[in-house]
Amino acid sequence: MKNSKLFWLLGLVLVLSIFLAACGGGDDSDTSTESETPEEETDTPAEGEESEGASGEPDAEQVLNLVEGAEIPSMDSAIAEDAVAFNILNNVNEGLFRLNEENVAIPALAESEPEISEDGLTYTFKLRDANWSDGTPVTAQDFEFAWKRALDPEVGSPYGPYMMAGTIKGATEVSEGADPSELGVVAEDEKTLVVTLERPTPYFMSLMAFGTFYPQNEAFVTEKGDDYALNSDNLLYNGPFMLTNWDGTGLTWTMEKNPEYWDAETVQLETINVDVVKETSTALNLYQSGEKDRAGLSGEFAMQYADDPEVVRELEPTLFYLKFNQERNGEETPLANVNIRKAISMSFNKQDLVDVVLANGSLPANYLVPTEFTFTEDGADFREVNGDLTGFDVEQAQEFWATGLEEIGETEVTLELLGGDSELAGKMDAYLKEQMETNLEGLTVNLKAVPFGVRLELDEAQDYDMQNSGWGPDYQDPMTFIDLFVTGASHNLMSYSSEEFDSLVEQAKGELAQDATARWEAMAEAERILIEEDAAIAPIYQRATMALQKPYVQNIISHPFGGDYSYKWAFISGKE
Amino acid sequence: MARYIGKRIIYMVITLALIATFTFFLMKILPGSPIASADKLSPEQRAVVEARYGLDDPLPVQYFNYMFGLVQGDLGISINQFKGADVTDVILSRMGPSAQIGFQGMLLGTVLGILLGMIAALRQNTWVDYSSTIVAIIGISIPSFVFASMLQYFLGLKLGWFPVALWKDGFMSSVLPSIALAMFPLATAARFIRTEMIEVLSSDYITLAKAKGASGSEIAFKHAFRNALIPLITVLGPMAVGILTGSLVVEQIFAIPGIGEQFVKSIMVSDFSIIMGTTIFFSVFLILVILIVDIMYGIIDPRIRLSGGKS
Repeated sequence: MKNSKLFWLLGLVLVLSIFLAACGGGDDSDTSTESETPEEETDTPAEGEESEGASGEPDAEQVLNLVEGAEIPSMDSAIAEDAVAFNILNNVNEGLFRLNEENVAIPALAESEPEISEDGLTYTFKLRDANWSDGTPVTAQDFEFAWKRALDPEVGSPYGPYMMAGTIKGATEVSEGADPSELGVVAEDEKTLVVTLERPTPYFMSLMAFGTFYPQNEAFVTEKGDDYALNSDNLLYNGPFMLTNWDGTGLTWTMEKNPEYWDAETVQLETINVDVVKETSTALNLYQSGEKDRAGLSGEFAMQYADDPEVVRELEPTLFYLKFNQERNGEETPLANVNIRKAISMSFNKQDLVDVVLANGSLPANYLVPTEFTFTEDGADFREVNGDLTGFDVEQAQEFWATGLEEIGETEVTLELLGGDSELAGKMDAYLKEQMETNLEGLTVNLKAVPFGVRLELDEAQDYDMQNSGWGPDYQDPMTFIDLFVTGASHNLMSYSSEEFDSLVEQAKGELAQDATARWEAMAEAERILIEEDAAIAPIYQRATMALQKPYVQNIISHPFGGDYSYKWAFISGKE
Repeated sequence: MARYIGKRIIYMVITLALIATFTFFLMKILPGSPIASADKLSPEQRAVVEARYGLDDPLPVQYFNYMFGLVQGDLGISINQFKGADVTDVILSRMGPSAQIGFQGMLLGTVLGILLGMIAALRQNTWVDYSSTIVAIIGISIPSFVFASMLQYFLGLKLGWFPVALWKDGFMSSVLPSIALAMFPLATAARFIRTEMIEVLSSDYITLAKAKGASGSEIAFKHAFRNALIPLITVLGPMAVGILTGSLVVEQIFAIPGIGEQFVKSIMVSDFSIIMGTTIFFSVFLILVILIVDIMYGIIDPRIRLSGGKS
């Protein structure tokens, strides 16, 4: 009798755990960016009547109320690896550089542009007078300490090695256990930091705005030991705001203006109240009730609110594309044929996809490097250098298809399309299948929807035909997208290999690194070969997101990489 | 009695060990790595991060390390949900709100359910009875997330009687989530009490009480209700499970910093130590509820023998 009750209980717990396991898996449909946080207006469709409200007088009360999509996993800048943490870090701390309102990296804790040696390998930064929130000065030693800490195997930081290896001299070795003094980072005195690079890195300044490169106060970190960064009292701040009321595991925190910040007079907001709300519908209800000033619109909500006057749209530098696997289980797939690849990449209508299926302001993409992401020194978008490289064209697709079939000697081809298991991913892949099968006679597409973790495993094993995949940038340079497809690169995993492409990337990273124009041309040519000539991947769309934002919220700046938003310049104007 | 409880505690420990073992291996079968940026790291870099969290050991070694820590009360350290935080601290810091809405939901649900069930039984086959049955069916069949969303929209946003969400206004914040959680115990209790009451009301001793001239309410409360209450205790276990699973979604919808809400996230991000810690915590809770139910049983109804059952 009692035994059976125990079994009943055991069974119950097992059923419960299976049910829960089924909930898991995550439905991030891309690889790198997470969190569906509120975002920014670049061209706000502001309330017509308050047309001068955008530049109106700030209110007496400067309080911003936000929601966030997830908890803070870690506020330790050496360990952080997620969107939430990098966003807060960007607002409560500061590195040598900071992305400004135009998304250009400008000196922040650095007093001015660094002195760069002739060979482009040595950077000498002079620090400005700035303090931590406890009043102690920020020194060059704080940078040296933090960067070495991010590479220490004992600390186990994922982003430290990822961001520094191959860029800063000795970073790879130090991350694998070599003596930290081999790292090319030296604090010559309190105000001078000398950084030696492995190879010239034209985008190095924008990296200095990234959270992993922020300073940490050695005395403070050592004093706190294992408790460092576990709650808002065990942290120091040197940015526009200070984090407060964060207990380390809770769903709520506050950012308060930091009086010690060197540029405190620019900061207008006094308080930012943040609550984690994971349900979009809940966030919207809080927005409607006036408790929150911003709420993200994901999935079906985007369509529902598309015409709301308070909607703000934001284009993200995240690109989605089909990967064509040319070799599966040691055998060539039909996709090894370039004409087959070209046919498929031209066979689906991207405009309809973004308008009808996604309906969130995303752009159809005929390119790999996103638009509104990287600019030349005179402000020209990389996309102006390289226009559309492919496109939806049924007639041409059918021609390529006929040629391709002839070349591989088949009349019918069956391919698998691997994709995510979220509702949106399912709809999108079903649409792609329908388009491809309608426009290309003899093609059968089998859909395979799996959780994110499984997709990564299949990708790693190169066990798929076509895969709906995505990528967000790690630094502000076209290279963050382009070098994904070099022969043998860890994201390639589809047996694409082009000598010409590889050598262009090599040149852009090596001998052309100091010549901005030639370097951009090399990258543009590489992108053209990848997409137009080889159709190694088929771009689908560049993601945009939508949010509702109260008209009295002004000047929240969104960034293409690193922290998603800056509140440094934000203010409240015209709230009753 | 002491011997009985001692024996039960031994069973509890065995059950827990089994649950921990099953969960551990099931979890390891789950695809996905707890290292969020795994796809960005080179194999060498990944090995360094895995070593930091002991994920590079062979599975049996990881298992014994975990069980050894568990015996000493060490639930380990969160891998990626709250990097570096003690799992015990995470659970303790999240326990309060969950316990509050769980307890309030259970209390509200059981009390209302009993009332509903009694009225239905006393007015058997009238409209009162039918509407009580309908409420019970709705309570069982509407998923708590639908019910919670409706409460939030109508009572929170439209009428403004209670906070829409968040855990900021003390008791007021707990009202809507508690009501949402109360639906399952309410429906369960109502159905149960109705059936039991009807059975008891037709038994001989009720007829006798009637013959002796006891009043209607006296019969209903003093005789019928007390006897109908005993079987209700048996469903306290399933009701606790219902509250627990309900809390996973209800907490998320009302953005309450509870354990259930945090548990869902830990599975999404494959934070092994948090998943294990929370599962074990939930199991201990359920096992205790069942033990208490069994002991209460013996106290309320001496006919049920505790020491027997040597089959």
